[in-house]
Amino acid sequence: MSDRLCRPDKPEGVLPPPDHPRDIFRQKKQGPDVTYHMLQTAMAEQGYIADDDLAMAIHLALSLGRPLLLEGAAGVGKTEVARVLSAVRETQLIRLQCYEGLDAAQAIYEWNYQRQLLSIRAAAEDGETGRSVETRIFSEEFLLERPLLKAIRQPVPPVLLIDEIDRADEEFEAYLLEILSDFQITVPELGTITATSRPIVILTANGTRDLSDALRRRCLYAHVAYPDRNTELAILKARCAGIEAQLAGQIVGFVQSLRKEDLEKTPGIAEMLDFAAALSGLGINDLTHDPVVLQATLATLLKTQNDRANITTEVAQRLAGKAA
Amino acid sequence: MSRVTKFAAQDPGPTARMAGFMAHLRENGLRLGVGEAEASLTALTHVQSADPAAARSALRAVCCGCAEDTGRFDDLFNAFWLNGGRVAEKVIPAKTPASDHIHSSRNAEGQEADGGSGAPSTPDGGDGEAEADGEGRLMASLHQAKMKKDLRDLVQPEDIAEAQKIAQRLGAALRDRRSRRRKQARKGDQIHFRKVIRQSLATGGEPLQLPRKQRPDRPLKIVTLCDVSGSMTSYAQVFLAFIAGMMRADDSADAYLFHTRLVRIAEALRDKDALRALGRLSVLADGFGGGSKIGASLDQFSRTYARRFVDGRTVVLILSDGYDTDTPELIGTALARLKKRGCKIIWLNPLKGWDGYAPVASGMSAALPHLDLFKPANRLADLAALEEELTRL
Repeated sequence: MSDRLCRPDKPEGVLPPPDHPRDIFRQKKQGPDVTYHMLQTAMAEQGYIADDDLAMAIHLALSLGRPLLLEGAAGVGKTEVARVLSAVRETQLIRLQCYEGLDAAQAIYEWNYQRQLLSIRAAAEDGETGRSVETRIFSEEFLLERPLLKAIRQPVPPVLLIDEIDRADEEFEAYLLEILSDFQITVPELGTITATSRPIVILTANGTRDLSDALRRRCLYAHVAYPDRNTELAILKARCAGIEAQLAGQIVGFVQSLRKEDLEKTPGIAEMLDFAAALSGLGINDLTHDPVVLQATLATLLKTQNDRANITTEVAQRLAGKAA
Repeated sequence: MSRVTKFAAQDPGPTARMAGFMAHLRENGLRLGVGEAEASLTALTHVQSADPAAARSALRAVCCGCAEDTGRFDDLFNAFWLNGGRVAEKVIPAKTPASDHIHSSRNAEGQEADGGSGAPSTPDGGDGEAEADGEGRLMASLHQAKMKKDLRDLVQPEDIAEAQKIAQRLGAALRDRRSRRRKQARKGDQIHFRKVIRQSLATGGEPLQLPRKQRPDRPLKIVTLCDVSGSMTSYAQVFLAFIAGMMRADDSADAYLFHTRLVRIAEALRDKDALRALGRLSVLADGFGGGSKIGASLDQFSRTYARRFVDGRTVVLILSDGYDTDTPELIGTALARLKKRGCKIIWLNPLKGWDGYAPVASGMSAALPHLDLFKPANRLADLAALEEELTRL
C-alpha cells in the first residue's frame, strides 16, 4: 500500500479503480479473493500470455511463498515469466544464470580482496592496529553481494530468477536447497544474514540433466509447452501490435506446422516473433506471395544447416499454403 | 481394484479427501509426502476451490514433479474426483500365480478404460497388441505367461545387487580421463596458483593454504535401450537386473524399454526401494513380451529423448536380438541420426553367443555399419566381461 502512495507521478485521484489486476499485484495483496485470472490479465497487459496451468502455478507460488520450477523446451518463454512477473509486481528482477562450475563465490557472496589488500596497505602507513584493520576489512563495506545474497537483502521482495538450474553442478543444487528452505545465508566473518524479505523464486530448467527429487519436491512445478494456435496468436498480437490479422494467422499457422516437421531444433516463440518482425520489416503481407523472400526469412526460424536443407522452397510453400 | 480408487464422496471431510487423493496419486507412482498433502490443502485455500478447473490446475502445480507426471495428472484427477471410473492396477506382487484368464481380462479391461485417455502406461494401439498376445499365449510356455504377470517374480533384489556391482565396474571403465583442463581439487597433482594468490589476499599476502588442481574425470553417460519383445523374453531377466543395477550405481545413467513402443524407465528404476522400482517398472512395461518394432523405437528415441540426453559424452547401449518387424532401413537411419550426436553405440546381442551365428537378420545388418562395438551378451558374466572392451572404446 505504501509504495502506491509514495509514487509521485501518480497522485491518488487518478489511480485506476483498486480492483484493477495491475493494482492488486502492485499492492502485493494475496488471498482467496485474488484469483489466478487476475494474474493472467495482469501478465497479459505486460505482453505475456500464460495458459491456465501456468498462471495457476505462478499464482500459487506467490500465495504459498514457494519456489516455482518451470520446465520446457528452449524458447517457450520460461525466463520471460520472471521478467514479466517482476514488471507486474513492480519489483526488482535478480537473475542468477547457472553454468557448469558455478560456485558459492559467484552465486552468494565474495570478499572484495583487492580492496581489502589496498586497505591493509593504507592502514599500515596510517599506523592502524592489526585488530581494528581486521574488523574493518571484514565488514559489509568489503562484501561483494552476488545474486542470492542480494535477493534476500532487498527491502521489497524481488523476483529471483535462477536460470537453467540444470546446468549447475549437483553440489550447487544441494546448496541452493538450503537457501530456498531457510532464506538465510551464513558468512563466517559476519554471522548469519536472514532474509529481510522472501524473494519470489523462479527456477527454470530445460532438461540438460535430471534434477534431484529433493529440489523438485521443494518447488511447485509447471511444464511450459509450445503454445497452441490461439495462445500463440495472442502472443503475436501482444508483442507485434501492428501486424495484420491475416498475416498473423499465416505466421502462426506456418510456425505451428513447422514445429510438426522433423527438425533438429524446433523454433520457439522468440523465433516466431523474429520471423514476424522480419516479415513486417520487409513489408510482406502474404506469406505465399514470394517464395524467395519466405525462404530468406526462414533464417529466423531454422538454426541448423540440416534444418535449412530439409525445409526446401517446396516444403516451405506447402506449409505456407496450408497456413493460408 | 477399488482399493486404489477410493471415491471422494465416501470420505468425511476435505482433509481426509485430500489425504485419499494423495494416497491415490502415490499408488499410481507419483512420489508425494505429507508436505505435499499439506501444501495441496493450503493451495486450495488460495484458489476458488469450488471451481474444478482451478482446483485441478492448483493441485497439478503442487503434486507434479516432472513432465511425465503432468501428462498423467489429468487422468488420475478425473479418476478420483470426477468418478471417472478409471481403474488403476494395483501394483502388488501376486503371491500366488493367478490363472491366465483373470490376467488377460484384467489387462483388457484396463486398456479399454484407458483407451482415449492417453495415459503413458498404455500404448495408443495397445488394444490390438493385447489381443495378439492373448492368442500367442495359447502356444507360449508357462515361463512366458509368468513373464507377462509381474517383473518382480522375474528379477530378484539379489540379482540387482550383483548387477549393481558389475554396472559400477563398467561405469568406471567408461570414465574418460582425457580432459585437458585442470580444475580445483582437494587432492591434485599441481598447485592452483591462481587460488593461492586469491586466498593469500585474505591473509595479508601470506599463502597459508595451498589449493591444488587436477584433471577432472569426465564420466561417460550410459543410456541403455532394452528390447523386451517376445523374442527377447528369456534374456530380459538378466538385462533388466543389469539396467536396474546400472541405474542405482550411476546417477547419470538413463534407461528405456522398447517392444512396440518406447518407454522411459529411468525415473521408475531410481526408486530407492528396489522391489518398488520393479513394481513401477511392471506398470510401465505393459506390452512386455509382445511384438518388436526396433526401427520405430530407435527412430523415436533419436528424435525425442536423444536430443536431450545424448551428447558426445554418451554411450548408447542397445540390448536386442535385432529381429524386427519394421523395415531394416529404419534402424539404419535412426542409428545414423543417433550417431551424429557424437555418441558411441554398443549393441549387445544375446544370439551372437551362439555357434555359427551371423548377423543376417536384415535389421541387424543394417545396424552394423553404425556400431562402435557389437558383442554377445546373455548372462551377467558376459556383461562383466565387457569391462575391457569398454576401457578401449
